[in-house]
Order: sequence, then C-alpha cells, then structure tokens
Amino acid sequence: MRFSGFAGFVGFVCLGGSLIGFGVSVAAQAPAPAHYGLGRAATPDEIKARDIDARPDGHGLPPGKGSVREGAPIYAAKCAGCHGAKGEGASADRLAGRNSGDSFAYAMDPKLVRTVGSYWPYATTLFDYTSRAMPFPRPGTLTADETYALVAYILFLNDVVKEDAVMDAASLPKVVMPAHDKFVLDNRTGGKTVK
Amino acid sequence: MKSSRISRRHVLVAGSAGVAGLALPASAQNQDTTKVQGPPGRDVGARSPFEKPARMAFSPARTATFTPLQDLDGIITPADLHFERHHGGVPAVDPQQYSLLIHGMVDRPTIFTLAELKRFPGTSIIRFIECSGNGGRAYRLTTPTADLSPQQTDGLTSTSEWTGVRLATLLREVGVSPKARWLLAEGMDAAVMTRSIPMSIANDDALIAYGQNGEALRPEQGYPVRLMLPGVEGNASVKWLRRIEVADQPFMTREETSKYTDPLPDGTARIFSFVMDAKSLITEPSFPDRLDGHGWREIRGLAWSGRGKIVRVEVSIDGGKQWQNASLDEPVLPKCHTRFRLPWEWKGQEAVLMSRATDETGYVQPTTAELVKARGPNTQYHFNNIREWLIAADGTVKLKGGAA
Repeated sequence: MRFSGFAGFVGFVCLGGSLIGFGVSVAAQAPAPAHYGLGRAATPDEIKARDIDARPDGHGLPPGKGSVREGAPIYAAKCAGCHGAKGEGASADRLAGRNSGDSFAYAMDPKLVRTVGSYWPYATTLFDYTSRAMPFPRPGTLTADETYALVAYILFLNDVVKEDAVMDAASLPKVVMPAHDKFVLDNRTGGKTVK
Repeated sequence: MKSSRISRRHVLVAGSAGVAGLALPASAQNQDTTKVQGPPGRDVGARSPFEKPARMAFSPARTATFTPLQDLDGIITPADLHFERHHGGVPAVDPQQYSLLIHGMVDRPTIFTLAELKRFPGTSIIRFIECSGNGGRAYRLTTPTADLSPQQTDGLTSTSEWTGVRLATLLREVGVSPKARWLLAEGMDAAVMTRSIPMSIANDDALIAYGQNGEALRPEQGYPVRLMLPGVEGNASVKWLRRIEVADQPFMTREETSKYTDPLPDGTARIFSFVMDAKSLITEPSFPDRLDGHGWREIRGLAWSGRGKIVRVEVSIDGGKQWQNASLDEPVLPKCHTRFRLPWEWKGQEAVLMSRATDETGYVQPTTAELVKARGPNTQYHFNNIREWLIAADGTVKLKGGAA
C-alpha cells in the first residue's frame, strides 16, 4: 500500500495502532541506558558545604567542644527568650524536665512533659537540630563550639549530664538518653487489625 | 468591605482597571448578561468573584494552613488551596541557583541542576499528601459536639497531580551501594528540614517532583523541587529539596524522634510510622452547613489510603447501626483522594452521618473507640478514626464524638 502527500499523512495518523496490519514495523522503545550521563560530579568542597547532619554514631559531628559552664551564658543570650530561663518553655517548646519515674505513658497521660530529657532518644539529634535550625531568628549561625556548649547545658538542665560535662564529637554520641529504649518500629501492615 | 456593600463609585473604578478589576461589580448580579458584552480574555485567570474558597490558619505564626475541604468537589485540590506546613517559613528559591546534591554511599556523588532533573524520563502521578497530625482536633474533642468544619479538623490533606523524575532513576544514576538502607532528605528552608527515608520507599514510587497540577510547584509546596512520597506522612516529603545523603542507617533527626512519633498505650512510641492508614470524611453536609429543607440531597466525601486503592466506602445515617455502600467516582487511584457519593432523603429527623473506608489490604477505617484502644487517648499522630456529623432537627450540622 502506498501513500503520498497529505492524504498519506492523514492515513498514517488515523491508522495509528493498526499499522502492523499493513506490514509497517514499529520499533520498540529503546531500553533505558544504565546511566543518562546527566548532572556533574560533586566536589568534596561542595559536599562539605551542605553536609551538616550529625548522626547517633557520631558521623558528621564537627571538631570543637563546649562545656555546661560555657553553655549557660550562650543559652541566656540566644535561647532563653523563647525557651525560658531554665528551659521551662515560653513561646517555643519546653526543653527541660523529667517525668516522675521517667514515665513514658504519653499515650494515656496528657500531663507528662515532652522535653529533651524525657522524650528525645538521641543526644546527637540535639546537636544536629540546634546547629541547623537555631536560634530561630538567625538559624545556622552558631559555631560548633557554641553548639556543643548549648547541647551540654541543655542536657545538664535535664539531669542527663553533670555540671562539669564537656561535649565534643567523642563524648556526645556516648550520652545515653533516658528515652533511648522507648521507641519501637512501626508494626502496622494494613489488613484487618487496627494497630 | 463586603461585596454587598461596594459603592457604585468603587464599582466603576474596579470595572475600568483592566486585569486589576477582578472583582465583579455588585450590580452585575442583577445584570442581564445576554444584553451586554463580557470582558475579554485575560493572561491569567481567576475564580469567579462569587467563589472565595480560602485556606485557614489557626496560629499567629501560620506554620500551617488548612485546605477548605468542604468547599471543594472532585479529588484534585487547586494548587493555591493545597494545605501548607512548614517549619521555617516558605523560602524564595531561585530556580537558576537551585541544585540537588546526592552523595554518601554512592559511586558518583552528583549535583543536578533543575534543567538536568527535567531531562530525565518524567512521570505524572495523582496522589494525596496528608500531614500525620491531621485530625488531632477531631480525635481529642472534649465536648459531645463541636463547631468544627472538615477544614478545621482534617484540612491538612490535599491531592495534586505531581510531575517529576522517579527517585529510583536518580539513585541508579549515581550508583547506590548495595549496602545502603536509608537516605537523608534535606530541605533548603530556614529549618533545613530533614527526614530519613528507608531505601524500600525511595526505590518504590518516590518522586523528585517539580510539577503540580500541570505547572511548576507552588512555593508553599516546595518550589522548585520536592520529595513526594506517595501514601507517606506529609512531613517526610521534604520540600525545597537540596540534598540527599545515602547511608546504611537512619539519621534520627528531630522531626522523626521528638516529633512525628506515636506514643502507644504500652509506654512505648512508634517511630518511622510512615504510611497513612485508610481514612474517610464526609465533606457535605458538614459544619457549618444548615440543611435548607427536607428532601433529597447528596452526601459527599473523600476517602484515601496510603496503602493503595480504596475499595469501599460505607455511609451510615443512624450513627453506625446500618451501613450502605457509597458510589466511588472514577478514577479510583492508589494513594489518592477518592470521591464518594450517596443520595440521601432527609425527612427532618435527627441523624448521625458517618463514613467508613476500606482499602485494598482489607483494612477498615476504625471507630474512635477502636483507635483509642490501640493508640491511647493522647497519642500524637495518625488520627484516621471515623468522623461523625450530628444533624439536628433544625438542619444544623455539628462535629460529633471524639476520644474524650
């Protein structure tokens, strides 16, 4: 069968999916390549500039250190306005305080306090979050030393570390939080049971 | 100034203001539109001035705004009404300056520009996003009834058509280590928001999205690029995505430890509770409606499940004694809002309207009592219990029930 000119074009378009019936072969879509070759290699400096996270195993914690004593005046200057003089909370979350017997009955008792010392399972999270997102009006402006000092002071306010504690990349991952063993993995799987 | 009190002078000024004159003159309500030429086309359209759906915030800081579910029909949420939740405001990101870094346990740490992301094979999917805190007001209701609308109880869910490149495609491009189990997704907002995502979700149907309902993402939804994890609690779909770090363990960020964990009655808390279980909600009638007379009307609502398709929505008009199947609008898509409908003849009696969704795993949306038993009255997230609307004999509608 031969088409020509405009009539042929119309016929081609209209016949669409039944071309095979006319003996015209349609090539299958080419298989996806292993790599598209898009993007460019990230340099170590580019990675370092964005890689600000700190993990429970200490991965990502920067050099530097800070003590409870050093943290107190930094806290008073940069944190107390929103979190209260001793972490009791104000316009922002309460940070300090423990529940009687370290109760974790949050699902049943609305009176329990949710603080770093009562609810947070990892001390490194406090460093990571403070470093990236605090102080709220000027996020990301604390030095590593300031952040270690603030973390030490907030842990002290929660009776998690002693007054002479110094936090750094070696000591912080070793701090065991009171709520460390309270978290369980999601066991919901769909199906008939409500969990 | 209310539209009904617009002065004649104001109308004349507005009418001559070209594209600025979007407000329809109040006098037009009485105008015979067949006897006067209408205005010409505009470059960018706008809603009828008679329609004013709006998001709503409940805190002065406006860190969340809620979708007006009771004002919408169908399943697609208009992009400018899609709910917002942010932890450091909405950043203004220049797409020319934007780039996404993928590094960590990969063969080739790579930086992608927005243009490069768009060159990858793309796909569009229609999926809901729901904040896992959605519904807390209804769950914790301490009064027998409340003047709360669907927007006020459950407006932190929305559905869009999302366009982007599959995250699995990018992970293959950079060569992820076979030992990798998790990745960290990080935003470029003032909170530099982070969540850990298991590789099983990343390699499933996760999308690196740049499009929403046919246009670029709205700034509130992560412009120019966000993570979109279908069926997963909204917080994990990190917006303004700037970095992905591949790892063999989770990072235990603030948002997945001190927040977005679910206290349980046995004195533990569930962590990484990603999937949003099946849920439904009647949006019409609902507070603040007042039924305008006896007779036939349609009960309408939304159902959705993070585990797949909705297979059934049942509706009760007598507080759960009897149930009948609602019809579901096509298409019924997985992990997507599904519109259900049921004609109902109201004869003036007091009624309690409820809806109950079942998804393709066989999961049935629980009653409030069932969910309270499983999670406790003061749990923090994932409030998918059945919602109830009390219709009084005078036609007023109020939210009913709660865990308290």
